Amino acid sequence: MTLEPWLITVIEALIKVLVVIVVLLTGFAYLTLVERYVVAKIQSRVGPNRVGAAGGIAWLQPIADAVKMIMKEDFWPAQADKVTYTLAPGIAVATALLAWAVIPLNPAITVFGYTINFYIADVNVALLFLLAVGSLGIYGIVLGGWGSNNKYSMLGALRSTAQMISYEISLGLALVGVLMISGSLSLVKIVEQQSFWWFVFFQPVGFVIYFIAAVAEVNRLPFDLPEAETELVAGYQTEYSSLKFALFYMAEYINMITVSAIASTMFLGGYQGPFGILPGAHWLILKILFFIFVMMWMRGTLPRFRYDQLMRFGWKVLLPLALANIFVTAVVLVLIGK
Amino acid sequence: MPEDYLPILAMVVVVIGFAAAALVVSAITGPRKPNPAKLSPYESGMPPFGSARRRISIRYYLTAVLFILFDIEIVFFYPWAVLFRQLGLFGLIEMAIFVAILLVGYVYVWRKGGFDWD
Repeated sequence: MTLEPWLITVIEALIKVLVVIVVLLTGFAYLTLVERYVVAKIQSRVGPNRVGAAGGIAWLQPIADAVKMIMKEDFWPAQADKVTYTLAPGIAVATALLAWAVIPLNPAITVFGYTINFYIADVNVALLFLLAVGSLGIYGIVLGGWGSNNKYSMLGALRSTAQMISYEISLGLALVGVLMISGSLSLVKIVEQQSFWWFVFFQPVGFVIYFIAAVAEVNRLPFDLPEAETELVAGYQTEYSSLKFALFYMAEYINMITVSAIASTMFLGGYQGPFGILPGAHWLILKILFFIFVMMWMRGTLPRFRYDQLMRFGWKVLLPLALANIFVTAVVLVLIGK
Repeated sequence: MPEDYLPILAMVVVVIGFAAAALVVSAITGPRKPNPAKLSPYESGMPPFGSARRRISIRYYLTAVLFILFDIEIVFFYPWAVLFRQLGLFGLIEMAIFVAILLVGYVYVWRKGGFDWD
């Protein structure tokens, strides 16, 4: 019996998708634990040390959290718009996971004459796909805030939308410089071109702009206005409980992993090691963990922006800087004639 | 090539399935003991007043409109950036004209206070 080629493609894709999702969800669960330890260290506390603790680390804490979340009461507030209120967390987590369809994880290897590619899809507009899916993530937050019909949620959702769309412009422009050097939108090709010189050496300004905009995009401190707990309780998540709340939380952490992965892929060579030594997924994971650690570090040390400062910074500083970066890159590329 | 998108379609199906399954599990597990206080909107323990669907600041609309303008600009940037090395000086001058026109609008919005939130 021979299978149709497209069926083989689909089966292979399904296996990869399941592996990627399981790894991401496990990663999310343990990142919550890592974050609690990092913030605890910064604040001179001990951190979680009860559930399944061995060697000073509470290994089973994420599993306990998950079980607790599942067993909590799931309710629909009387004033809520039932459909959008229910759909919002699902949209948030689905779009967060979807971005991983185009990120290359490892160079291709050949086993028994069959080449395995460590990406789910290599489409020629991969980067546009990433930005498009990233923009869809806003819908989860907007629908959640609107559907809850709560003043805190509504304000959080409004702020979040304005913030995310403002910083998305700088985010998109910061990546243009990389595209001018690489001449391709395919992430697989972009990574392959960085086997020796990572693009961060050619695009340091673009890299910094990208990282700042990415932190704003995932609503992390110092840009966490949408869920500023001292004024808005929890922003768009205020009325959520049980697994619905967990899905929003999951989406936030997976988005953190995703923007770190994009930063690693576009600027730090993805799975390529320094000076081409031992390329492989462990380099990508190390780079992602580095970015996530920096985000947690920022959470532990930086105070929150004021909203007018946030918008002014996005529109009056990052945007002109990103445009200038593109222009300088263009002039240099023309001058050196490549 | 359309068949390149088959794996993405598979991923779309799986993630939608995952999200739907999580929402269903969330709905069927756990206790269900509603009462009027629990179901009312949370306003820090005070009795809720008025609707949450009130009028919102005009600045949010303005930001949305500006976003659309600049996002379209980015869409024009992408194909230009990918082909930039083939276009060379010609591409640079073309894009400089395009950005110069946009900058006029940008400076106008800046001077009119479109980016100010205080």
